[in-house]
Amino acid sequence: MDLPVNMRTPEELRAFAKEIRLQSLLMANRAGSGHPGGSLSAAEILSVLFFRQMKFDAKNPKWPDRDRFVMSKGHATPALYAAMAEAGFFPKEDLKTYRQLNSRLQGHSSIYTPGIDVCTGSLGQGLSVGNGMALAGKLDGKPYDVYVVMGDGELQEGQVWEAARSAAHYRLDNVIAIVDRNGLQQNGPTEKLMRIEPVAEKFAAFGWHTSEVDGHDVQELCNAFDLALTIRGRPKVVIARTVKGKGVSFMENVSSWHGKAPNAEQLRQALAEVEAM
Amino acid sequence: MEASRDGYGRGLLKIADDRDVVVLDADLQDSTRSLQFGEKYPDRFFTMGIAEADMVCTGAGLATCGKKPFASSFACFLTRNAYDQIFVSVCYSKLNVKLVGSHAGLATGEDGPTAQEITDIATMRALPGMVVLVPADSVQTEKAVEALYRHIGPAYMRMSRAPVPALYDDSHNFEIGRGYVVREGADAVIFACGTMVSESLKAAEQLEKEGIRAAVVNISSIKPIDKSLVLEYASKTRAVVTSEDHSIIGGLGSAVQDVLNENDSLIPVQKVGVKDVFAESGKPGELYEKYGLSPGHIAAAVKRAVGKKALRQ
Repeated sequence: MDLPVNMRTPEELRAFAKEIRLQSLLMANRAGSGHPGGSLSAAEILSVLFFRQMKFDAKNPKWPDRDRFVMSKGHATPALYAAMAEAGFFPKEDLKTYRQLNSRLQGHSSIYTPGIDVCTGSLGQGLSVGNGMALAGKLDGKPYDVYVVMGDGELQEGQVWEAARSAAHYRLDNVIAIVDRNGLQQNGPTEKLMRIEPVAEKFAAFGWHTSEVDGHDVQELCNAFDLALTIRGRPKVVIARTVKGKGVSFMENVSSWHGKAPNAEQLRQALAEVEAM
Repeated sequence: MEASRDGYGRGLLKIADDRDVVVLDADLQDSTRSLQFGEKYPDRFFTMGIAEADMVCTGAGLATCGKKPFASSFACFLTRNAYDQIFVSVCYSKLNVKLVGSHAGLATGEDGPTAQEITDIATMRALPGMVVLVPADSVQTEKAVEALYRHIGPAYMRMSRAPVPALYDDSHNFEIGRGYVVREGADAVIFACGTMVSESLKAAEQLEKEGIRAAVVNISSIKPIDKSLVLEYASKTRAVVTSEDHSIIGGLGSAVQDVLNENDSLIPVQKVGVKDVFAESGKPGELYEKYGLSPGHIAAAVKRAVGKKALRQ
């Protein structure tokens, strides 16, 4: 079998991130709704995961030994679907159907999309699901890892900490969580609305290995994942410091772009800015 | 006399040869009886702490990898604390997770309304794709575990703490979607589930002394429900009573009404159940008496149904 492990250069990973951003903006604009802010912040995270880090076979999405992936921040579907289409799970043409009737690409990530194993969209559940996948891997002696992408506002959900505790209790060193730490949630800064810091110390106190990186620096992300894979006996979290709306000047650090689509004028400017990144 | 939960413990042991069967519990494994599996197969038994939401989603994750998880707790904590998790991660995700809630209904007794789950049938049957089972004794529960194991998809099974007389023996052939006649009668029918099957039998015995012959049908599979059996006995008797240790809103009574409505039946349904109130601590028998679930109350409902039938004729 031709293992779909991709060793990409940083330049290639940055190019994939740019493509994810462009497609995210186009999808949100076309749909007239969606979540561009948290999609743009996660572009490098998803680029590194889908085009470098994770083992999978897009033409055989149920391959039993594949690395598992859970998009726990299930609203960031523009970025997720853009990455998955680029990776070959479904035709890029399908991106035009995003959020439309009869589409496989639901507003929040769902099992109707090839390559997605569980529905998300209600924040807080994905890490627990990832733990279950990791437990199954341990039971079956499978070598795969489980990657779970969470939002930072999501850490306000109590279930995340139930799951953090379970992962450490069962020594799930095949779990790698990524926190998209863009600092904003729908109504403003996380630290103003409900403080979540110190995030790294919290995970460490639960027994996790932690690392903090610039979430827009693909090399830092790669290094963090490489390090994480060497740590045995406990789960790992990569806290990726990001900018919500990254790459589009009028969206950056503006919480109101959490869940609204750019109009034609805004789209034109946004695409031009991302192209120039 | 055994409680339905005793059958859960035995049923899990019967399906344990399949290495993909895994069991999770939220620190009630001694009460739900899943501990019997845990003691014998510790590598496939996961104590999840007092954290039902995490347990349900962990089960969902296991199921994505082909495991066959059974996740149990008290019905109240399982179905109320983890409802969104059951909705999104299990049902919407179409995952093969078996949820098992014990200590349902007023039969839980002295622990009071917090633990006396009276809304789980309503909430679980409202979930698209969910199978809902309420077995009536320990043998039927044991057989239901085997049926759940064979069924691929989300399912909820409701159990009770209260010991009830044995209704079935090992020859019982339990099927999801099938109802079971436990007593014949031509004047009225009592559709019952769980502990209320034996209470309804007591009511039918009382009624027989007064010349009223009431059939008792065990609707152990609430969803899917045995529509043809419900229609057969409703049209045969034209006097319908439902009997459940659950709120009269959304439970077995509503499920039976739905079947009759879908088939343009004009037969009214007398619902015996908890009448939109929280109960209180007490012995199960005392609670059944005070809150309208005792054999006397069931018999009174049958007489009302028979009386209304006479008015219609």
